[in-house]
Amino acid sequence: MVYDVVIAGAGVIGGMLARELSRRELRICLLEKENDVACGASKANSGIIHGGFDPEPGTLKAKLNADGVEKLYRAAEMLHVPYRRNGSFVCAFGPEEEASVRALYERGLTNGIRGMSLISGEEARKREPNLSPAVTLVLDVPTAGIICPYELTIAAVGNAMDNGVELKLNFEISEIHQEDGFCTVTAADGQRVQGRYVVNCAGGYSDRIAAMVGDHSFQIIPRAGEYLLLDKAEGSRVSHTIFQTPSKEGKGVLVTPTVDGNLLIGPTATRVETPESRQITPQGISTVTRLAAKSVPGVDFRQVITSFSGVRSSEAGGDFIIRPAAGSRSFVNVAAIDSPGLTSCVAIAEYTVALLRELGLKAALKADWNGTRENPHAFREMNDSEKDAYIKEHPDYGKIVCRCETVSEGEIRDAIRRNPGARDIDGVKRRTRAGMGRCQSGFCMPMVMQLLAEENQIPMEQVTKKGGSSNPLFGRI
Amino acid sequence: MTEHQIVVIGGGPAGMAAAVAAYDQGVTDVAIIDREAELGGILRQCIHNGFGLYKLGRELTGPEYAAVYQAQVVQRGIRVYPDTMVTNLTKDRIITARNRQGILQIKAGAVILAMGCRERSRGALNICGTRPAGIYSAGTAQKFINCLGYSVGKRVVILGSGDIGLIMARRLSLEGAKVEAVCEILPYSGGLTRNIVQCLEDFGIPLYLSHTVAEIHGKDRVEGVTIAQVDQNRRILEETKRYIPCDTLLLSCGLIPENELTRAAGIPMDPITSGALVDEHRQTQVPGIFACGNVLQVHDLVDYVSDEAETAGIGAAEYVRQELHAGRAVNTVAGNGVRYVLPQQIHTDAGCDIPLFLRVTKPFGKVRFTVRSGEEVLVKLTCPKAAPGEMVRIQVKADMLAKVTDAVTVELEELA
Amino acid sequence: MKRSLVCIICPRGCSLCVEGSGNDMKVSGNSCAKGARYAVDECTHPVRTVTSIVRVSNREDTMVSVKTSVPIPKEHIFDAMEIIRDLTAEAPVHIGDILCPAVFGADVIATKDIF
Repeated sequence: MVYDVVIAGAGVIGGMLARELSRRELRICLLEKENDVACGASKANSGIIHGGFDPEPGTLKAKLNADGVEKLYRAAEMLHVPYRRNGSFVCAFGPEEEASVRALYERGLTNGIRGMSLISGEEARKREPNLSPAVTLVLDVPTAGIICPYELTIAAVGNAMDNGVELKLNFEISEIHQEDGFCTVTAADGQRVQGRYVVNCAGGYSDRIAAMVGDHSFQIIPRAGEYLLLDKAEGSRVSHTIFQTPSKEGKGVLVTPTVDGNLLIGPTATRVETPESRQITPQGISTVTRLAAKSVPGVDFRQVITSFSGVRSSEAGGDFIIRPAAGSRSFVNVAAIDSPGLTSCVAIAEYTVALLRELGLKAALKADWNGTRENPHAFREMNDSEKDAYIKEHPDYGKIVCRCETVSEGEIRDAIRRNPGARDIDGVKRRTRAGMGRCQSGFCMPMVMQLLAEENQIPMEQVTKKGGSSNPLFGRI
Repeated sequence: MTEHQIVVIGGGPAGMAAAVAAYDQGVTDVAIIDREAELGGILRQCIHNGFGLYKLGRELTGPEYAAVYQAQVVQRGIRVYPDTMVTNLTKDRIITARNRQGILQIKAGAVILAMGCRERSRGALNICGTRPAGIYSAGTAQKFINCLGYSVGKRVVILGSGDIGLIMARRLSLEGAKVEAVCEILPYSGGLTRNIVQCLEDFGIPLYLSHTVAEIHGKDRVEGVTIAQVDQNRRILEETKRYIPCDTLLLSCGLIPENELTRAAGIPMDPITSGALVDEHRQTQVPGIFACGNVLQVHDLVDYVSDEAETAGIGAAEYVRQELHAGRAVNTVAGNGVRYVLPQQIHTDAGCDIPLFLRVTKPFGKVRFTVRSGEEVLVKLTCPKAAPGEMVRIQVKADMLAKVTDAVTVELEELA
Repeated sequence: MKRSLVCIICPRGCSLCVEGSGNDMKVSGNSCAKGARYAVDECTHPVRTVTSIVRVSNREDTMVSVKTSVPIPKEHIFDAMEIIRDLTAEAPVHIGDILCPAVFGADVIATKDIF
């Protein structure tokens, strides 16, 4: 079968684009080289919905960030992805940074961002009591928010699949051949799909994918960001996302609550060799803790439950790259989507669809498109009497598997069955939070593996942590 | 709402012993709520022997020790809610729990907390490097091997020399794995000396003290670890870094009492033990709520868990009968060389001997413990050695306690 | 000859010292008679209790824990493991059931009930 559109990469950009395209009468295929969606930059980032004051006016980033904020809130609402409009504070420490923060405010006005204000350090501390006494001026951005980036990706892909998009996992593209009217995309293992249009949303690998059609016009510069995640006991240390004044070294380390109630601090910004370079380093941990303590001195670092690293896909030009490959009308790059890529994802998807239509993609809107997704957290949001009634109908919801995050067998089975179904331990974790709590899966891992084995009808030793050869078990004794 | 005179949360060794002791005091409406299908808790996966020498006078394996208490629970007809997880507890002893039948609300005359503990995870340890499969806490590996019958690794490095780590070093060796090293960041092991002998030395497994895992390598599966020596401040000494190829890293880096429910009920905690503050009956500072076993303080031996649970069970029964003594209370204080003393509060006018439990701050040779209140010396006890891995028990006589009106301090001096 | 040992009979872990050889061994540092016996045994014919697991053939992913009924010679631990590895059990199994007799002077017995 020849698809109308083949999307390379099931991160938040590929996923949101698939959903946007699924509104139309199109055959769409979403390719992903990993065993799950959201395995690259979409898995590990700050999860911030940026206000839009930061990008240089006139860039795609400035436009799509400004357009993207409300579009993202709306999509999150439809997809039942938890988010919070918690607002962000950009903090200046002393006169020099105050000038930079004032300049950001002016830039925000140019970018069309509403609701911002400059407040004194004192005023800021009234609203955010744990903020450092050394903060002298704050840019208050009430439209900014937080969202879980991988939940958003999973929901977008799931909704796209519910609307007919086909997802192919473990499809690692090795070759793309363009001929009249369509492209043939071949995987390392020989699988092959054909599409009239191919959209390159391959994140850290997008330059390599573009090179397969002879486009060498950009090069991805992978930059790793290390984070520390703290227990919910620290989750209310701050309510806003606390930024430092951006400098030449980057946006600085932020301190933010997460939608799940934890506290997140980070990231660093280190140039790395490849998008796989997701190492936790001693330098990273010490940088993050030192800089976080500068903004919020009281953070209790003994409450760290895990550390992680994500790799952003930057490019020398500094702006998003959304354009057809040179000389092609069927291959489109959506690349170099670093910050504010998450914030802009819906706007990017819409912009890309418009671009594809300019290139000749024609399709009517579906009459029966459904942009909403069943709420995967419906059970955990019920009160006790609703839960009781639900368990009486569905006993699996009464068996708690992950005790730290109170996740039931029923919720895990759902996560394995619902589009896009979890296929490995990390996939269950990202969908249900099982294994994400204090004990970091010490108690629930055997049971989660048993459920994955049972639902997928495979032996326990074939269950993986994250696809490939990441099997925790070596077989029976 | 269901009601019980006493509800025990947790059906491991502490919960079972507490329930049985309470029942034997004549409070027969006792219920145990346990998240597993079968009673016994972590003992069910501790298939090695060495349990019960003090308490039962014979050496048993973990499952056998659990079975002794399970039989007592069954014999007394104590109500058990299996496969049931308590999700909330309030100060006035309303318990919310969940199982396949629905959400339960139980009102308890007294509550005994016996939820046990969990293992410190990799994340909490902040080990650098990648995040492949093959990193286990020692207890998780133990469950996979001993209860489910799966192999977790062939070439293994163990970080932490707590007893579970040592026991697993032997267990993995017996199952044909090669244990390359046990690294301990401290200059001494936290495990029992006998376990170093019979789990490491018997199998020729090296124990590297003042060593840690500096980095984990491998993309999908662990491919190796970099170990390194640390200085007195636990900083890695770069020049000592050494790569060990392995497919598995086991973590045995300490146990953390599972006190989420305790906190939910607003029960004051001891930052040193990470358990509740209790008196000699193991009653917390919220009347009618008791705690025992590893949720209260991490024990070295299950025998002492059972002992402590019996104390809590008796206390809860007396509370229900409104006979619990509450007279003159004084605090206990950890003095020189002592990390903590439990109970943190004692009633000195009850006319009973009170045992104090404590752990020392570091390994000592021959030491003398002194229990005193002001200038009054209540007990002196000499021990040939003392180590942080071993709990010390000091009995204080009732007639000595009767004189006490001020805080009771336990301290030690090292003897030449 | 003088040898230093750590007693493994109980958690106390006494430091033992054994002097002499053959029938003329003197043990010091022990707190009980069992410790003295352990020291002599350890110097002449060391023994250990082996604990392991045996698959229950008629239950899914279920193992029954087992032990040697008495300690066996230390040098035969791995030989005993080979024998235990080849065993299977059939539920119901009860604590004390002999799953394999006469393994280096001990029986392999169940230490868990599987119903």
